[in-house]
Amino acid sequence: MAEETKAAPETVRCTIDGMEVDVPKGTRILDAAAMAGIDIPHYCYHPELSAPAQCRMCLVEVEKAPKLVPACTGQVADGNVILTQSENALKAREAVLEFYLVNHPLDCPVCDQSGECKLQDYVAAEGPAMGRLREPKRVLGRDDFGGDVLFYADRCVMCTRCVRFMREVAQDERLAVVQRGHRAVIDTFFAEGLEGSLWADNIVDLCPVGALVSKDFLHKARAWDLDRTPSVCPNCAQGCNVRLEVRDDQVMRLKPRPNPEVNAHWMCDYGRLNYEWINRGGRIEAPLVREGDRLVPRSWSDALTRLAAALRDAPAGGARAVVSPFMANEDLGLLRRVLEAVGGGSGVFRCETAAEEAPLPGFPTLALRRDRAANVQGAELLGYARAGGADAQGGLEEAAFFGGALFVLGDELRDAGEDFGRSAGLFVYLGHFLSPAARNAHFVLPATTFAEMEGSFTNLQRRVQRFWPALRAPGMARPAWQILGVLLAGVSDGAVPLATAADAFALLGRVRPEFGALSWAELGQQGAPLPSFAEPHPER
Amino acid sequence: MAYPYRHPSEVRLISEYFGDPEARTLAGWEARGGYQAIRKALGMDRAAVVQEVKDSGLRGRGGAGFPTGMKWGFMPKKEPGKPHYLVCNADESEPGTFKDRELMRWTPHALVEGCLLGAYAIHAEHAYIYVRGEFFEAAQVMARAIEEAYAAGYCGKDVFGSGVDIDVTLHLGAGAYICGEETGLLNSLEGRRGEPRIKPPYPAIAGAFRKPTAVNNVESLIAANHVVLNGAAWYKQWGTEKSTGTKLFCVSGHVKLPGNYELPMGFNFKEFIYDVCGGTPSGRPVKAVIPGGSSVPILTGDELDIGMDYEAMAAAGTMLGCGSVIVMDDTTNVVKQVRRMVDFYAHESCGQCTPCREGTAWAARILRRLENGRGHPDDLDTLLEISDNMTGKTICVLSDAAAAPIVSSIEKFRGDYLALIREPALAGAPR
Repeated sequence: MAEETKAAPETVRCTIDGMEVDVPKGTRILDAAAMAGIDIPHYCYHPELSAPAQCRMCLVEVEKAPKLVPACTGQVADGNVILTQSENALKAREAVLEFYLVNHPLDCPVCDQSGECKLQDYVAAEGPAMGRLREPKRVLGRDDFGGDVLFYADRCVMCTRCVRFMREVAQDERLAVVQRGHRAVIDTFFAEGLEGSLWADNIVDLCPVGALVSKDFLHKARAWDLDRTPSVCPNCAQGCNVRLEVRDDQVMRLKPRPNPEVNAHWMCDYGRLNYEWINRGGRIEAPLVREGDRLVPRSWSDALTRLAAALRDAPAGGARAVVSPFMANEDLGLLRRVLEAVGGGSGVFRCETAAEEAPLPGFPTLALRRDRAANVQGAELLGYARAGGADAQGGLEEAAFFGGALFVLGDELRDAGEDFGRSAGLFVYLGHFLSPAARNAHFVLPATTFAEMEGSFTNLQRRVQRFWPALRAPGMARPAWQILGVLLAGVSDGAVPLATAADAFALLGRVRPEFGALSWAELGQQGAPLPSFAEPHPER
Repeated sequence: MAYPYRHPSEVRLISEYFGDPEARTLAGWEARGGYQAIRKALGMDRAAVVQEVKDSGLRGRGGAGFPTGMKWGFMPKKEPGKPHYLVCNADESEPGTFKDRELMRWTPHALVEGCLLGAYAIHAEHAYIYVRGEFFEAAQVMARAIEEAYAAGYCGKDVFGSGVDIDVTLHLGAGAYICGEETGLLNSLEGRRGEPRIKPPYPAIAGAFRKPTAVNNVESLIAANHVVLNGAAWYKQWGTEKSTGTKLFCVSGHVKLPGNYELPMGFNFKEFIYDVCGGTPSGRPVKAVIPGGSSVPILTGDELDIGMDYEAMAAAGTMLGCGSVIVMDDTTNVVKQVRRMVDFYAHESCGQCTPCREGTAWAARILRRLENGRGHPDDLDTLLEISDNMTGKTICVLSDAAAAPIVSSIEKFRGDYLALIREPALAGAPR
């Protein structure tokens, strides 16, 4: 019927390289192609930044359009026939790549970006087979941008992502393009450059080539030698999604992993550069059992059998715990269960706390949080109370001279007195380093750090996020949840040792019902928020 | 001979008072019939002013030849509280062009009037005149004229007692060719880097300060005064059907009488060079002519029997551009001239788009090597391919402009290139 009114179509249909794709109106061609599984090469476009359409790399052919269209700013119209592999499009891309190579130094063998460089990738895939340049290249040299950032001007492809990040996201305009034409170069305004910027290292991630490199990572490892493991930044309560990039069992750098709910594509320099403690040596490598005034190394089965026996005739006076907010939800939850099994008791944690948080202006969901530990929220939810000062010291008075069963999980006890735990009926130390106070324990059990195990943290937004093992555990060290699972089976009827982190996570619901609403598999690599506290748990 | 040279074929509408210092003052200008067009326009409906200019067929004199009235017609309906802007593009930087400079130097009040008229037509409260940074004298003269116009109540609040407010502001560029590209100009005017914007949106929708804006050339605005004052039909008595009125042509290079000439559109190009401009000073034959500024394809001395209008030039494979004619006799080393032009574009590329940023500089380096006698037989193919890869691939047309002389010179003067490659010393390359 002619009178039938048609609502404006919400979606438009286009054909990309012969594939029909339905996309919402206003979708960029580049994104529509990505939905169809087609990667359109590009440099200047980044989903979190404005699109200047200046690299001219993403030009595609749109049938009936007079010229090639930049896929980053061109929007899909209904009925568009888009060709990313047509002769014209391929020729345009090859031409742009050849233009880049006019001045790009091709110093890949000594370039940090080599192996993860978009110029390398695209030239290898679609670039000209032979160079035609007979002229000498332009040479601009290097510049120290301050902070962690070093600039190799000759490698720059002038995509201006760095300038736009500082302007639009960090909202701290410290970079600009100066000069014009092929003399154009990225530069800082003042002598201090990027010094003092909390977010500057993100421009190293954004740089598609090796123009902006991290001084910290400079010449430390080749990209293809790194093993990359999804993880969570441990350095504050924000819980930025990261990758631990590891070579020879050492974390070489942290890189942000995109998560729109937590950190978008970014992370702060404090978290990024604060990783060397993960590689620290001198770890406890075997279970140690007190025999007289000596700590004697024992096998796991021997140590845990003795400990279970000691726990079964638990000393009078109940139990107490000191935990570290760098331990996983599973560790903290299992300890809570063990504490309950031996008569119940309170627990505390200590956390370094800064005076202020530092949000990222262009994405305020992300901030360097006041609490400088990954699992403060998890510790609180699982029944541990904050103790001590903002420097993560003190607050051990009650535990130090406690007469019952004393558990320390992860806290290094660096500031504890020499007689810490001496009056305890039973002192169990689960941790990483044998400090003088830990030497007073009856049982010293080597635990893994978050980088060596599977587990999860709960961030400030009460979002539970998983991490995976990136490093080998030192010696005989095991995840604390595994050790505690064995103990739990030894002291309480019906409990069986835990085989996987998923099993450990499944037990958390009995400590805090909110955790019961989440399934380990569904957490995936992006995590999931705990349900609202007002909602009663369905099983209770 | 007194400045400027005059030729009987000329029709002087807008250049009548070139060389007349009296015309620079407000009193002198009014004695010569100035500020009549705006007075008439203020008594007309705004739409009628636009219609008159549309009817006249006046085409933008900045180079692209887009009809001025149609451009004004694209402005959206005025909404209260949403400003419109008129921006006069006086960033005349095309090599070989010096018409707007002379218009501003000798008839500054004509431009003030043109700005008022254009602003009134498009409902703008503010007109900016963006003058090229190097035009110190022209800018001084303009500044004085604007001051006089304000003092007389012709600018600012309630112009000519009409109740209409129109401010006119002079803005001096900082010396970048790319700021003559209208969106680059707008960025520069706003205090940003002079980099052309992606279009759409066009300035009529989001121009200066992201508000509706019309950007017009100096000569277009001044010509519009005459159109409104005397009517479209009067203006159309000159020129051809599609290229109406008169146009200023600036001639430089190997001619006896270089300078500005105002001629009806469609005037014969050969007659212009040999008769109006007196031919080459040496009497030697003309080898090559750039008819519309350095961005347009070159013509050989044999291709000159055409009309000086948009259509005839297009039919000859080139463009009228902004009417800047550069004449070269047969002593000219075309390769050197092209290299010089491409050097200019390499220097003036804003550096946003890869094909332009890298392509202009690369082509310039190849041309310099050729010029110095170290060419290679492959170089011409490489140059043509670079040019092709630079054409139609970028945000603005600077890289197309840089490619045009390379392509047309290789097409028409291939012999010059080959001589430099094969016999560099004989072809004049330095030893």
